[in-house]
Amino acid sequence: MAGAGGGANDVQWCFSQVKGAIDDDVAEADIISTVEFNHSGELLATGDKGGRVVIFQQDIENKSQPQCRSEYNVYSTFQSHEPEFDYLKSLEIEEKINKIRWLPQKNAAQFLLSTNDKTIKLWKISERDKRPEGYNLKEEDGRYRDANTITTLRVPVFRPMDLMVEASPRRIFANAHTYHINSISVNSDDMTYLSADDLRINLWHLEITDRSFNVVDIKPANMEELTEVITAAEFHPHQCNTFVYSSSKGTIRLCDMRASALCDKHSKLFEEPEDPSNRSFFSEIISSISDVKFSHSGRYMMTRDYLSVKIWDLNMENRPVETYQVHEYLRSKLCSLYENDCIFDKFECCWNGNDSVVMTGSYNNFFRMLDRTQHRDVTLEASRECSKPRQVLKPRRVCAGGKRKKDEISVDSLDFNKKILHTAWHPQENVIAVATTNNLYIFQEKVN
Amino acid sequence: MSEEIDETQTGETVVGEQKEIDNKMISPEKVEEAKLKTRYPHLGAKPGGSDFLRKRLQKGQKYFDSGDYNMAKAKIKNKQPPMAPTEKAEITGDHIPTPQDLPHRKPSLVASKLAG
Repeated sequence: MAGAGGGANDVQWCFSQVKGAIDDDVAEADIISTVEFNHSGELLATGDKGGRVVIFQQDIENKSQPQCRSEYNVYSTFQSHEPEFDYLKSLEIEEKINKIRWLPQKNAAQFLLSTNDKTIKLWKISERDKRPEGYNLKEEDGRYRDANTITTLRVPVFRPMDLMVEASPRRIFANAHTYHINSISVNSDDMTYLSADDLRINLWHLEITDRSFNVVDIKPANMEELTEVITAAEFHPHQCNTFVYSSSKGTIRLCDMRASALCDKHSKLFEEPEDPSNRSFFSEIISSISDVKFSHSGRYMMTRDYLSVKIWDLNMENRPVETYQVHEYLRSKLCSLYENDCIFDKFECCWNGNDSVVMTGSYNNFFRMLDRTQHRDVTLEASRECSKPRQVLKPRRVCAGGKRKKDEISVDSLDFNKKILHTAWHPQENVIAVATTNNLYIFQEKVN
Repeated sequence: MSEEIDETQTGETVVGEQKEIDNKMISPEKVEEAKLKTRYPHLGAKPGGSDFLRKRLQKGQKYFDSGDYNMAKAKIKNKQPPMAPTEKAEITGDHIPTPQDLPHRKPSLVASKLAG
């Protein structure tokens, strides 16, 4: 069983909610492309292939009672990005939301950054629960009153109204990326953020949209010499001068912006030495890092490649301190996974609030919880079959070969179209959000 | 002299045995690689890394021009979205668009089913 805290208690996960349509016919626009909790965990945002953002809010009213499970309900939804056309290159620009990142809350409003392949937008989400009533010149419905009928003056007053949540785009950061944006990351200085595409990383100021600084550029002078691309990037959670970026060759570079304006030369290079005799055609492909995430403590970072999750200590560059196999049974299926393109799937990973457990997705709507302190791991499934209220999730087991035991599923029966690429963990509680192709599952720790 | 020759012979024998053991324990990755090579003998002739990278950098459907793009969008609205095309496929519309053919305004945006 997965443990969310380092303590002796085993956490059992149960179904809480599922969002989205039940039907199997999935429209492309409904494919979920990103999931992110805000810093308090009260809000949960999703982005989809249709460029839409849906924000859920945790129902706080019943939280004080341990018996009650808090639920997430729709708070706001808006169209963040729309499909565009690059006239210069005759290329379509997808509206798919690649990443959403929340800004720390500073006032009543909430702010988030959402990005597609080319443009980042800063959205303000604010509440309106009062409206002025008692105008002198207008009726309540907005029609202007006949001036001759006005004989008295009154002062309009604010009266409560049904809560209205409004989303408005406050900044649009465009035209800074030739290649496709894969990451955005807000800096701990609350002023800047970075955006990374396949070959470059840019630094922005949240207030300034007409310029950005290029801090990493790995584009070779001759594109024929291109050997690796940037796959993910993130700012350090506390050190505002430090960020990391991962590559398609399985390396992570840590850069210090104090060292120079252009951080092409890394401060640290994290790379696990490879046994050359084990090298195969697939080696480089499966070593490509699809996600990199700092721990909340800032001491460690986690990387996800096709078959494993690795935890790195920032003080040690030559190998990870921990390696977990996500679905090792796929190593003997690499040929077919290459043919159906699944080998290029980009899985994300996430930490729990106290960095003791990490989570990542797999196929067949399975996801894995890897407990670092109790050295245990579990495979769980997000499916409609296990979606009765408070139903405890049963661990799943995959049979790699040989005789299949009763509750196991064989590798060949796995549905490779059911991928869990995006998961998120509440920053403080044992609440997780797991995105299947077009549904969002919310699971919670079982409370007795 | 003879001692040296003996040592060399012993060394070779040891290496030979090791190779036999290796052949018996080929990693699953290598087995998969062999499978792939039999199906696609020309794969890997050029550096594999560059192929994937180039494909990745060029992600996104290319159209002949913006009119072609709008025609294709209008066509797609009426049927199921097609599977992503292969690298070599060129997408072109059925005919040269005229102003009457192009959609006058963006289609009304459907709300996400997650919010339903």
